[in-house]
Formats: sequence, C-alpha cells, structure tokens
Amino acid sequence: MDSGYIAQQLVNGLILGSMYALVAIGFSMIYGIVRLINFAHGDIVMIGAFATLAFIETVGLPFPLVALCVFLTCCGVGIVIERVSFRPMRGAPQVTGFIASLGISIMLQNIGILTLSAQPRNFSFPGYMQTILHLGSVSFRIIDLVIFLTAIVLMVTLVLLVKKTKLGIAMRATAENIDVARLMGININHTIMATFAIGSGLAGIAGLMWGGKFGQIDPLMGYVPGLKSFVAAVIGGVGSIPGAILGGFILGLAEVLFVGLLPPIYSSYRDAFVFGTLIVILIILPNGLLGKDLEDRA
Amino acid sequence: MLTVENIDVHRGKTHVLHQIDLHVGHGEIIALIGANGAGKTTTLKTISGLLRPTKGKILYTPEAGKAPIDISTMAPEQIVGAGISQCPEGRGVFAQLSVKENLLVGAYLRSDKEIEKDIQSVYEMFPILGERSTQAAGKLSGGQQMMLALGRSLMSQPKLLILDEPSLGLAPLIIETIFAMLQKINSQGVTILIVEQNAVMALDLSHRAYVLETGRVALSGLSSDLASNPQIQKSYLGVE
Amino acid sequence: MEMNRPRYSLAIMIISLTVFSFLIENMANDYILAIVCFTGINIVLAVSLNLTNGFTGLFSLGHPAFMAVGGYITALLTFPAEKKPLFLPDFPQWLDSFHLPFFPALLVGGCGAAFVAFLVGISVLRLKGHYLAVATMGFIIIIQVLLNNADTITRGPLGLNGLEDFTNTYWVSGWVIVTVYICWKIKFSSLGRSMLAVREDEMAANALGVNLFSTRSFALIVGAFFAGIAGGLWGHLITALTPGSFSLLMSFNIIVMVVVGGTGSITGSVLAAIIFTLTIECFRPLEENFGIYGVGEIVMALFLVLVLIFKPSGIFGTEEPDFVMGKHKP
Repeated sequence: MDSGYIAQQLVNGLILGSMYALVAIGFSMIYGIVRLINFAHGDIVMIGAFATLAFIETVGLPFPLVALCVFLTCCGVGIVIERVSFRPMRGAPQVTGFIASLGISIMLQNIGILTLSAQPRNFSFPGYMQTILHLGSVSFRIIDLVIFLTAIVLMVTLVLLVKKTKLGIAMRATAENIDVARLMGININHTIMATFAIGSGLAGIAGLMWGGKFGQIDPLMGYVPGLKSFVAAVIGGVGSIPGAILGGFILGLAEVLFVGLLPPIYSSYRDAFVFGTLIVILIILPNGLLGKDLEDRA
Repeated sequence: MLTVENIDVHRGKTHVLHQIDLHVGHGEIIALIGANGAGKTTTLKTISGLLRPTKGKILYTPEAGKAPIDISTMAPEQIVGAGISQCPEGRGVFAQLSVKENLLVGAYLRSDKEIEKDIQSVYEMFPILGERSTQAAGKLSGGQQMMLALGRSLMSQPKLLILDEPSLGLAPLIIETIFAMLQKINSQGVTILIVEQNAVMALDLSHRAYVLETGRVALSGLSSDLASNPQIQKSYLGVE
Repeated sequence: MEMNRPRYSLAIMIISLTVFSFLIENMANDYILAIVCFTGINIVLAVSLNLTNGFTGLFSLGHPAFMAVGGYITALLTFPAEKKPLFLPDFPQWLDSFHLPFFPALLVGGCGAAFVAFLVGISVLRLKGHYLAVATMGFIIIIQVLLNNADTITRGPLGLNGLEDFTNTYWVSGWVIVTVYICWKIKFSSLGRSMLAVREDEMAANALGVNLFSTRSFALIVGAFFAGIAGGLWGHLITALTPGSFSLLMSFNIIVMVVVGGTGSITGSVLAAIIFTLTIECFRPLEENFGIYGVGEIVMALFLVLVLIFKPSGIFGTEEPDFVMGKHKP
C-alpha cells in the first residue's frame, strides 16, 4: 500500500464527499429553520438525476444550461413539497413532519417507478467528460474534477449568501427564533420556502453529479445518498451549513478509506459502519462537530 | 391610534382573554400592568398578529385623521409594515447574529438608503452597541441585549412601539437608562404601549394605564390616579 | 360489570376467532388464507408497534429489524435437518443440535428479538423524538448488513428458503389474541398509565416517580418480542426470508397503520391493519394486470400525509371507541 494508492483514495473520498456535502447542506438548512428531518430530501437527488437526463436527451441543452435547469426544477419541487405538506403541519410535534417526509419519500420513489419504470437507465455525459487525467500517481476523469469544482463553487456561494445577504440574515434569524423573526417583519413563509428551494436545488445538482459519476440512475437511487448525507449532516451538527460541508467530506473520506484500506472482506460492512457511526455520534456528540445547541436531542 | 375592541383570545382550548378593550391615543405612553398570567403578553401578541382573536377587532390609525384599519386579521409582517413594532418578552435578540445583523433584521422591511444612518444613531444612543457591533448578540450582557432589542425595534421606524417587560431581570441602574430612553423616544413622537410587572416604574412613565386581572380589564385610568388608588397600592405597588 | 368486561371480550374474541379460523381453513382457497394470515400478522405488528410508539411516545422505526431477528431464529431452529446439507452446507456444527418444534421456536425467536431490543435500548433510548427514529432506522440497515454477511447461517442476500409452511390461521389468530390481550392489559394498568404519562410530559412523569428509562425499555422490549413472533409467523407463511424484506418500506407500512389508526389506540391499530392489508392486496392484481407498479404505495403514502395534516392524532387518537369499551370506560 504505497502513498500513491492512498493519495488516489483521498481524491476519491473528496469527490464522493463533495456530493454528500451538497445534499447534507439541504438537510441541515431545512432542519435548522423548521426543525424537520426531511427524509424526502434524498429523493430530490433522484429527481435531479432524471431531470438531467430529460434536459440532455430530450431537450438537448448544453451542459451548463442543463445544470441551471436541474437546479431550478428541483427548487420548484422543494417549494411544492413544503407548501402542500410541511406547511400545513407546522407547529405539530417534530415526529409528525418526519413521518410525513417518509411518506413523501415513498410517494416520490413510487411515482418514479410508475412513470419511469424501476429499470435503471444509463446515464452518460458527453465523451470528453470521461477523459482520464493523470496528476502524478493520481488519476481521475474530467467529470470528477467538474463535480468537485462545481460543488466547491456552490458551497462558497451559499455560505456567502447566508452570511451576507438580506435573505441569508433573515434565514438565520428565522432559524433562531421564528416568532421574533415575525415580529421583525420577516415573512417566514418566504424564508422557509427559500430554504427548501435552495436546499432542494443543491440536492438536484448532486443528482446530476451522482448520475455522471456512477453512470446509472433509477427511481430508488436517492435512498442511499439521502441517508448518508443525513449522517454527514449529523456528524457536522444538524443546522450548521459549514458543519454539513465538513461532515460530507469526513464521511466521504471515511467511507472510501474504510473500503480501500481494510481487508476486502470488511468492505461489505460499509453501510453498517456508516450507520453505526451515526448512532454513536447521536449518542456521544449530539450537536455534531460544529452544531450549536439548538435543543436537547439526547 | 390603536383601539382594541372587545377581543377574546383562546390558546388551544383555554379562553385566555375576555372582552378586552384598550385605547391608545397618538403620542401617549400607555402601561399595561397585572400579575403573572393576567394576559398581558397574550394581549401584545394578539396586537402584533402572532395570535388571532376569536372575537373582536383591533383598529389601528397610523396617522391622526386617517381611516382606521382592522389589523386583527393581518399577518405580523404586515402589521410591522404598518408601523407597529414589538420588542418581545425576554428581549429575543438573535444570539447567533452579530449586533449589526440584529439591527439589520429590525430594518428588514425597509429598502431606503437611510438604514446605515439609523444604525449609527442607535450606536449614538447606546455607544456600547457600536463598540461591539461585530460581536454575536448572545455574548452581550442582559442590559446590553435590552438596548439592542430596543434599538432593533426602532430600526423599523415604528409609529407605535410595544414593549413586553423591558425591565425583566435587569439591574436598577440599567432600567433607569432604558426608561429614560423610552421617555425620549416618546418625546420624538413615537407612541408607546408598555407591559410591566414593575408597576411603580410603569405608572411613573406612562400617561394612562390598564390593569389586567385573569384576562379581563379590571381597572383603567390616568396613571397618576391609579398610583394613588389604595387598591392598586396594596396589590401592585407594595404599599401597605 | 366494569371489571368483567375485558374477560367477556376476551372470551368473545377467542370463540369468534376460533370459529372464524375453522371456517376459513376449511372453506377458503390458499390465496384467501394467505391474505387472512397476512392481515393477522399485520395486526400483531401494528398493535405491538403501537405499544412502543403510541403508548410511550417513543418513535422507533426498528420493528422490521426485530422481525428479522425473530424470523431468522425461528427459521433456523425449525429448519429441517435433511435440507441443511443442501441449503446450508457451511452451517456450524454446534448449532445443528438445536432443533425445536414451531411453537417453542417462535417463543425463542420472540425472546431473541426482545433481547436485541434490550441491548439496543441501552444505547439509543436516551435519544428523543425524531433522533430516536433515525437511530432505529440505522439499526434496520445494520441488521440487514449483518444478515447479508453472515452467509454461513443465513445464506446472505439469497435468503433462507424452503422453510416449512407451519403458519396457518390458527397460529395467527392465537397470536393476535395474545398480542391484543396483553397490550390491552398493559394499556389499562398502572404501567400503561405511566407510559402515557411519559408520552404526555416526561418531566412531570419523572417528577412523579416514573422511571423513564425502564418504562421506555419495557415498551421497546415487549414491542420487539411480538415483532419477533410476527417475523417467525411471516417467515413460515411465505416459507422464505431475505434480508431485503426487512426494510424501511416495511417499517413505513407498519407505521402507517399505527399513525392512521391512532397512536395509542389498540382498536385503531387493529382496524387500520385490516384495512391496509386488504387495500394493498386489492391493488396488487391491478398493479400486475395493468403494469402500474407502485400505485398501492402511492395511495398509502398519500393517505398517511392527509391524515397527518388533517387529523394528526389518527382516527381514534389514544381512545378505544365506545363500541369496544361499552359504556364503562375503565
């Protein structure tokens, strides 16, 4: 096991981690503002992947425009889900929203099966994206580089948006105290809607990337990235955007290293490892690495 | 300016307010006093639109001589936009936002160019806020948080300023500073409705006052009259 | 009168279910029998999950994991010795000597599930609300991974098949009666009242001397016991077990029954289990004939979301309706 091999694993981990991070951001933002674990968030990844396919193959758009359209489509899906199901439940116990999100997740998956069939579809980006680049002993495809850079650009943009803009400040104020935010004149329905829109848009982009990286998509594909990104959000501290980003990268790296460095017989225990970590973190470090103490979870 | 007409408010199945009538005139300082659980905070939350009355009207006249509007069905942000700003119970500063961001949130509905200037005038009013403008509000002391909450409420340029227990948990010296500032704000033309458990201070500051008991208006009148009312003296002023 | 009522009800329930089982075993075809058994198993699952989630307000999604534990233990204990060399060539020798008839095997399976619940409870019961839900969801996945990897005894993802078809309406009816009776007794005992108290206001309950941890553990363990039994019945009904069956989707289906019926209402869970099993069975031929796979799940999920919006406490809430209780409420 030489250093080149480890460097390659680290690169793979970063690429995987950047996708987890994008999805985890949405989980964290939505949790932060309405204290909802939105289980349907992972299925937005699936919708993003199928939207990508539709915009490339059916409409035939060029790549950057595809990404924009996928983002906007998933923003729309997020807004609709919030409006028709989570908003009427606002104020109910937290578990209610969580069960509803499970229901929505199952609904989205099965609508996918019904309209698109459960068969996986091939998903291929233009040939030049598959070109393999070499950097010393490390090699990766152009698509991998695009995934990583896009993710970084989106994360920086988002952090600036939340930090600097009026909408961002309103989102943070609403997350902290919804009633006082209303007394300041913030229309919390708009802020919450914007949060769902942005979070879902990012998950949609992650769907585009997921398809591009693994080459196959199907209606149930959102389950795994959804769950793992949630774990990433918990590691970083649910509610914290930098935490979600950090958690995403940590999980991506840990997962790749777990499989890459341990003897092969352990690799099939990868998911048990991920969720074991989740349970341990929930118990010993309920606020995650960067989370603030929003309320008692343990 | 504000006329609360015969409102009933329920919280869940509990009937909290019974036929409350209040009147606030332009330029007045009105105090609302009463024991814990009398319904003071509920009254304020209803005026601000956080709670909805099950019966009655809340009529608001932004400027003397204009037609009143019923704000009892309006959303909180519309009520803020109409010129009513509430400084909530327990101050409610956004602990994770900086001092300046808190003030910006206070000016959320404004888009004019004067915001920066108004932030500076809050800093002039309370210099400590200017010194700590980039710090998280959660790091401020209780008194400083109250100053921030008051400054934040002023950022929306209210015509009617509502305060819920501004003296709560503060040192006497700071309470005096805050109350002096309220007097000054009022003299600049802002009407004030204040809820206080500290009845001595409240009656001293206000022109008129209402006494709430178990969700009903028990007494009302000029603050000076109420302050000399033996019953009030006994129950709220600690005079034997 | 009041004291005798449950005893009457128990007698009526036993007699009517025995007669029903007898009639249906002798008259109905295999398809109908299977549906009746599924319905009964779902009643056991829904009522026992209601004990955990509804009474105590814990939110566990772990029922399928407990079913899996119970199901695999029962299946291995009853697995015919002559089939073992073919299906499980690497089966450990020392386990070979354990062989039990169906009923004791079921009990051992239930106890195994309860023991696992005890271990899980120690670690995750400190979590609250949706954090507990997420942790138990992780537990489902961990159990699936373990079953997939322990292929010398579980055949991994292929699953154990060729189980004996022990499960029939008598067994299922019997366990429905036991589950409903025990959960009913618990609900209207002082223990049940502590559970409801924990659900409503745990701080107050704690201040009044209710031990939160042991009350919650008890609810989880008893719920898991019946889930384990249901797993055993289920395995020996469809004569096969695969790790993939015990998924989040299964958890979701049971939760729909509990939430729609009313979190805390035993009657609600029973009725919801019956209605949902029959609804899903009605959709199955539709789905297969018209190729519209997924419609059943969509309808169920939609129904769940509507109930959560318009009647979040479910159809019966925590109550048992008058037609079950009579006029005298205990």
